[in-house]
Amino acid sequence: PSLSRCYKGQRDYHNDTASIVGSEPDRSSSEFKENEARMAALVDELRGRVHHISLGGGEKAIQRHKSKGSRERIGNLIDPGTPFLELSQLAGYQLYGKEEVPAGGIITGIGKVSGVECMIVGNDATVKGGSYYPITVKKHLRAQEIAQENNLPCVYLVDSGGANLPRQADVFPDRDHFGKIFFNQANMSSKGIAQIAVVLGSCTAGGAYVPAMADESIIVRRQGTIFLGGPPLVKAATGEEISAEDLGGADLHCGKSGVTDHYALDDTHALHLARRVVRTLNRNKIPQVSLRDVKEPIFDPIDLYGIVGDNLKKTYDVREVIARVVDGSEFDEFKARYGDTLICGFARLYGYPVGIIGNNGVLFSESAVKGTHFIELCCQRKIPLIFLQNITGFMVGRDAEAGGIAKNGAKMVTAVACAKVPKFTVVVGGSYGAMACAAEPMVFSLLHRPRFMYMWPNSRISVMGGEQAAGVLAQITREQRRREGKEWTEQEELALKAPIIKRFEAEGSPYFSSARLWDDGVIDPVETRHVLGLSLSASLNAPIPKTDFGVFRM
Amino acid sequence: HRLQHSSVPHRPISKLLIANRGEIACRVVRTARKMGVRTVAVYSDPDKGSMHVDMADEAYHIGPAASQESYLRGDKILDIVKRSGAQAIHPGYGFLSENVEFAERCSKEGVIFVGPPAQAIRDMGIKSTSKIIMSEAGVPVIGGYHGEDQSDARLRQEADKIGFPVMIKAVRGGGGKPEEFEEQLESARREATKSFGDDVMLIEKFVERPRHVEVQVFGDHHGNYVYLFERDCSVQRRHQKIIEEAPAPGISWEVRKSLGEAAVRAAKAVGYVGAGTVEFILDASHKFYFMEMNTRLQVEHPISEMITNTDLVEWQLRVAAGEPLPLTQEQIQLSGHSFEARIYAEDPNSGFLPGAGPLDHLSTPQASKHVRIETGVREGDEVSVHYDPMIAKLVVWGHDRSSALNLLTTCLGDYNIVGLNTNVDFLMSLATHPSFVAGDVSTDFIPDHYNELFPERTPSQQLFCQSALALILEEEQEGIRAAAATQDPTSPFRPGAVPRINHTLSRTFSITSGGVEENVQVAYMGSGKYKMSVGSSIFEVSGSMLQDNNVCHLNCVIDGNVSRSRIVIQGRDMYVFTPTGGWKLSVPTPKFEKEMSSATGATGGAIAPMPGVIEKVFVTPGQTVAAGDPLVVMIAMKMEYVIKAAGPGVVEKVLFGQGDNVAKNTPLIKMKETEAE
Repeated sequence: PSLSRCYKGQRDYHNDTASIVGSEPDRSSSEFKENEARMAALVDELRGRVHHISLGGGEKAIQRHKSKGSRERIGNLIDPGTPFLELSQLAGYQLYGKEEVPAGGIITGIGKVSGVECMIVGNDATVKGGSYYPITVKKHLRAQEIAQENNLPCVYLVDSGGANLPRQADVFPDRDHFGKIFFNQANMSSKGIAQIAVVLGSCTAGGAYVPAMADESIIVRRQGTIFLGGPPLVKAATGEEISAEDLGGADLHCGKSGVTDHYALDDTHALHLARRVVRTLNRNKIPQVSLRDVKEPIFDPIDLYGIVGDNLKKTYDVREVIARVVDGSEFDEFKARYGDTLICGFARLYGYPVGIIGNNGVLFSESAVKGTHFIELCCQRKIPLIFLQNITGFMVGRDAEAGGIAKNGAKMVTAVACAKVPKFTVVVGGSYGAMACAAEPMVFSLLHRPRFMYMWPNSRISVMGGEQAAGVLAQITREQRRREGKEWTEQEELALKAPIIKRFEAEGSPYFSSARLWDDGVIDPVETRHVLGLSLSASLNAPIPKTDFGVFRM
Repeated sequence: HRLQHSSVPHRPISKLLIANRGEIACRVVRTARKMGVRTVAVYSDPDKGSMHVDMADEAYHIGPAASQESYLRGDKILDIVKRSGAQAIHPGYGFLSENVEFAERCSKEGVIFVGPPAQAIRDMGIKSTSKIIMSEAGVPVIGGYHGEDQSDARLRQEADKIGFPVMIKAVRGGGGKPEEFEEQLESARREATKSFGDDVMLIEKFVERPRHVEVQVFGDHHGNYVYLFERDCSVQRRHQKIIEEAPAPGISWEVRKSLGEAAVRAAKAVGYVGAGTVEFILDASHKFYFMEMNTRLQVEHPISEMITNTDLVEWQLRVAAGEPLPLTQEQIQLSGHSFEARIYAEDPNSGFLPGAGPLDHLSTPQASKHVRIETGVREGDEVSVHYDPMIAKLVVWGHDRSSALNLLTTCLGDYNIVGLNTNVDFLMSLATHPSFVAGDVSTDFIPDHYNELFPERTPSQQLFCQSALALILEEEQEGIRAAAATQDPTSPFRPGAVPRINHTLSRTFSITSGGVEENVQVAYMGSGKYKMSVGSSIFEVSGSMLQDNNVCHLNCVIDGNVSRSRIVIQGRDMYVFTPTGGWKLSVPTPKFEKEMSSATGATGGAIAPMPGVIEKVFVTPGQTVAAGDPLVVMIAMKMEYVIKAAGPGVVEKVLFGQGDNVAKNTPLIKMKETEAE
């Protein structure tokens, strides 16, 4: 379809294209330079950590394995040179003490296979033999959740020894544990979301159900095995001695048992067959939104480093971020002169329409009401919503309370929570729900149900800032000492505060959050446009449902 | 001034039949169209839908592939002349162009034969006769014996008299090989008997380091004669010209004039009419001797046109219609220098083995006032095994020899062909050879400079980088094309700058070229920049690829050096045409595909090395053969190929019979392996 007619060749009627937002920063200012250096250091740290993670189980484990691990397999599965929107790279980061589980031992993400956007879940057998840690299960389930919400066919590259036995209690029994994987497979299949399994290594015990529950499955000869009980278990149970290949190899499952459908000669062949299977899915992605030609932003995203920096106490205009994310830096702002601590407006991202809500300071009643109004517009028009989150809290004090900040805040929480359009959150600064500032419901409604959520490396998530928390605790202790008539020295106060600040800092870190899968990944600010674009594209595989809002307290 | 005999009637030509095919047929159509003359083409089975058929106003089918049953069938052609209402036949070159009987029949039936009178063809066709006529006309003739006593002893005696080395030639027909006498005589007789049914021999003085210089002459029905200067056609392979130039380099105006005048005397001596070429041998001291006269428009006529600013086909048609020559000798000015390179389907690395096959990709230099591309094929056409494997003539003109030669080299670099082997790269090394650049040519040029003309070529690491970049950019463009065809054309899920989140995508491209396999490790550095490692070297690579019609231009920057090349990607094969020649590279077939294809049973037997016709089959099913045993004889481009067994085995099936046409790489014999794998 020709998109150009909508845009190009049309006269610039009433200055239609004049809604450009953003400005050129003063790159020579010391503030800019300092910000730039600090953010660059954070991004370097991020890339360094992800690079280490991307090596998987390390050289030895890689050599032991026939393939170089899941990332290379995924590279061969997806259309050559196309992006892979890898999710939760930092899963399990510093989560199990000295035990490293890079990327949680499983690679998940969205990539295009034979022209179809698919969710790919690949065990990384170079990490602990591909066994399931609790975080592995959580990441697998999160990938399935994303697939289900966004109607993405799933390709499982199975190469796993099953549950990590020492941790089986946290892997196996509960509602959101291992069994949920098969529950999801069955339910997605029932919704017409294809489930394809490629058996590239072992699939033991519960793992055997991944290919068995799949719509179509592929197995590699002399490499893939599927059995409920492996040879040692069989020997122990029945005394029968049998090789893994004879018990559950490709010849058996393709020729005799019918557990698998396609016989692959090697890894590459298996991935080739998976591409062939996807080709036959008869899927046609038709985004239910209007499209325009793609224009790169006119402002260079690299300047985000110098604009944003790492100091959350310093403010910046979120429009500068918008200018470096959206098509042509064009932003049709809504209610620009009202409630201006919340920026709302429409833009295009890779040709798709989006509504953007960005924080520009403390929320007032007006801001909350404006945000609610704007979310209603997006839901009415079925326009995906992007939240650029930098929340420091709602306004407090007599006037605010008298003005109904509580009910107005509640309106916005209701609107965000109920909105059925695809929602995307990028935490571009703080996400503090400080008790004193009463922003918790706001923050958590944004964190809870977006289709995708990402963090910038400078961002923080916590109930309040570390210093604030330490300050609150110090105040309580001081009061207590005063009541007891005891003296409390400044040193004592510092000694009390330091570990609290440290702990809050650590736990507010995006790595802490990402390791636990509170988000879908930490991203380089420069890549925000790209990552959001990929996420948005993925979300448009599912129809956009109608929204019914809850009661708005007026 | 020009003479005009009132006795010669003016016979206007409004419709012309072209009894030929390929580039010359197209060439004639172009001039005819320019003159308002309608054209009639003829075609054989494989030429149905070929370029000359499409270009002509009408076209008639004249028979099957074999020339004897189509383009050489004078009777059919005369019949079509009548059916179509044409007044004249242009025979082009080859086929019926020097056929005395045909020229006579045309004359008898009142059809204009665009060529000389039959008698002139006859006189010049018999070499001994022609030499006598020339001697008598005062044209210098090389010492030789053209006598009737054909005994071996007499020929030997004459040879001694002339002084060795000598050449032994068949009286009818061209060529000749200087070798040892008796053996050669025997061989020449055999060849002559086979080719012409006539074993009369002549013996000639052999000139060392000779140059082949020929003069374009023209005569009309009114007794006017002119020459259009000479061409140097010394550089030959397999006794066929491949690169020609006009005027001949390093020749004084005096010699040029006397060459021209001698040629005119030769033409006059036989009452020549129309376009003709008088061939001379030029020795090192620029003395020249008459060799023979070609009584047709020659392949290389365009270079004479370029330096005299004439259209010789137009002249032919006007002369045939009875008009006087358009220009007098004084009016013909020599200006600049012109080269012609003949682009052939052949393999210079295998003794210029002629080839045939599809022109899967064909892009040519831009034609202009100074660059002519004379061709009869287009992309998608086939170079047929049945006819001459010439693909095109590239003709260029420059103010002087060196500028013309520069233009020739550049244009050769822009002549990109995929689908079959060509001599383009060889022509480039020829055109850039220092001796050729210096104009120091002789008929021994190729053997004399063999090693330099066939340098060892190994693909550079940069070439592998270029190829990897081309593959990446092709992926990107294919991604855009594929997305544009969907209802989701703007999605960022397509090949591009940032394919991975927070880390660098690294891919390995395995690429082979000429038996060398390299793994090019490519790291995507963003913004269209790539770090590529080949062997132990690391390169910074970026660039762009632009599709312009069917040509893909690659601009590649490697460590700051910009290079331009053209790329053709066909399946797993990629062709990179650089200004210094072309390369074929391939992406190896995945292991599993090989295993699958071997499982479905490829033949372990004989494969046709080139397109051709099966001449003889030596084996029958069930026969046991040893490695090296002959299995099949194929004839391709008049050459015999014996296809031998690669290993011991039992013949399972013979897939073709005698007389069958086979394409390149066709399995001919299916073998049962005698030993288990």
